[in-house]
Amino acid sequence: MAYKIKSAECTVCGACEAECPNVAISFKKGTYIIDATKCTECQGQFDSPQCASVCPADCCVPA
Amino acid sequence: MGNVIALDSILGVGELKATPTAPAAASGCTSSACGSSSGPADMPAEVWEKVKNHPCYSEEAHHYFARMHVAVAPACNIQCNYCNRKYDCANESRPGVVSEKLTPEQAARKVLAVAQEIPQLSVIGIAGPGDSLAARGANTFRTFELIADKAPDLKLCLSTNGLALPDHVDRIRNMNVDHVTITINMVDPEVGERIYPWIFHNHKRWTGRDAAKILHERQMLGLEMLTSAGILAKINSVMIPGINDEHLVEVNKAVKARGAFLHNIMPLISDPAHGTHFGLTGQRGPTAQELKTLQDRCEGDMKLMRHCRQCRADAVGLLGEDRGAEFTADKVEALEVSADDSTRRAYREHVEAERAVRHASKEAARAEVADTVGNAVPPILVAVATKGGERINEHFGHAGEFQIYEVGPAGAKFVGHRRVDQYCQGGDGDEDAIETVLAAIADCAAVFVAKIGGCPKDRLAAAGIEPVDRFAFEYIEESALTYFKDYAARVAQGTATLRTGRDAVIRPSSQPAARRA
Repeated sequence: MAYKIKSAECTVCGACEAECPNVAISFKKGTYIIDATKCTECQGQFDSPQCASVCPADCCVPA
Repeated sequence: MGNVIALDSILGVGELKATPTAPAAASGCTSSACGSSSGPADMPAEVWEKVKNHPCYSEEAHHYFARMHVAVAPACNIQCNYCNRKYDCANESRPGVVSEKLTPEQAARKVLAVAQEIPQLSVIGIAGPGDSLAARGANTFRTFELIADKAPDLKLCLSTNGLALPDHVDRIRNMNVDHVTITINMVDPEVGERIYPWIFHNHKRWTGRDAAKILHERQMLGLEMLTSAGILAKINSVMIPGINDEHLVEVNKAVKARGAFLHNIMPLISDPAHGTHFGLTGQRGPTAQELKTLQDRCEGDMKLMRHCRQCRADAVGLLGEDRGAEFTADKVEALEVSADDSTRRAYREHVEAERAVRHASKEAARAEVADTVGNAVPPILVAVATKGGERINEHFGHAGEFQIYEVGPAGAKFVGHRRVDQYCQGGDGDEDAIETVLAAIADCAAVFVAKIGGCPKDRLAAAGIEPVDRFAFEYIEESALTYFKDYAARVAQGTATLRTGRDAVIRPSSQPAARRA
């Protein structure tokens, strides 16, 4: 149960990294990635996954 | 590089080597004794002190001072229908577009590098390319801390959509940021929902009218908080014909009532190639006269900004130019940087002295026209080729833009600028380019230039626009008033005809020369 970032569509703006409550998102080799072991899909934390809600390119999706 | 402004050309002794006119009536008084450097009569001295060297907050300052945007804030918290963050094209000049994102440390180094190369630099702004206060403004505030430490003489300012602004006003004030710009396109959520598809607020994506209502409330609250904190607020509004053009009069009243200092109404930039919602749906931008008419309607007790160039979030230089390509990351890396500010200070002292004399000479020229012409002849528009310094100091063929002045018995007033393709490319006149110039300044009676060739001269004259080179290297406003006086005399004699009712085309720059690959 985790989200992933479709890197081909990512604008590398970093908005997702700042919103992730689990510090699961980091910048590696020119793109942002989600650590699946840390991602909770924000369940129990927020109404919706924060990365997907803030992403301007709608590229944060269920893995 | 045609649009690079050398310091000597600003000072009026550029490569064309004409003798600059000696400033008139140098009575020997110091600027402070004259009182003229305390600024226009309609502005308190402490406000003038804040804006006099800020090119975006003072029209006069924009002839002398340069700004630099550092692109440290790529994240955004709203989506606007005129913005598309997916494409990043070096040939585009519009807000939201950059070629390189910077870390706060890279940005601080770039600021020092640019400051030692461009003594006109007075302001460092953060305008995105996303929103400067999204992602808690972390990069923005870190960048400000580093710059304040290394170059405390540079003013800091930021631009925001306002959604997160109320959370950060205290911090902004504590960092001595005197200038904040909020983009406000509506005060009615019904209008807002046609401009903003969604916002991200309180951990949730909001859409439709709810989104616009929250954004509106946060913008008004943020503006009120800035005003009570003594921070000057500029309001940017994008004019979108058929959506908010009439409504911007209401926006103007609302922001004026909440203490905004300056209102900047900008034309929508819309092109299918940009991939924006408005670009793809064929939403048009306003014409030059539609924009000016709206600006004139809103201009009352509050100043309207007319000199905005809608620059990129990584622009560098005077407002009409962009020297960003000279300061890419690898070039900055190779430069040695120092914190020495002596050249900048010397330049500012020079400008201060020159302006003190100018205020009196402009007023004298205005009074003479008011006396001799009175209201016999309506104001006209003139286009000016300039490289800065408030002088007519650019060749017709080298101009990438013309500044537009409205001149009449009330004085000469900067009312806008028009981008064009440079007519002269590598020594030859470009037939397509002359058409863009004619379309861009079709509402002007004359064009003032430092120099012009015979061929474009004939084309302009045939289009009813008088090419004027007799004021080469002189000051713009005084020259425009002298021209208007002569023009009024010619109208009275029947040797010139009134020129009214024309419109012109607003052209966003597609390929600024400095950015061309």
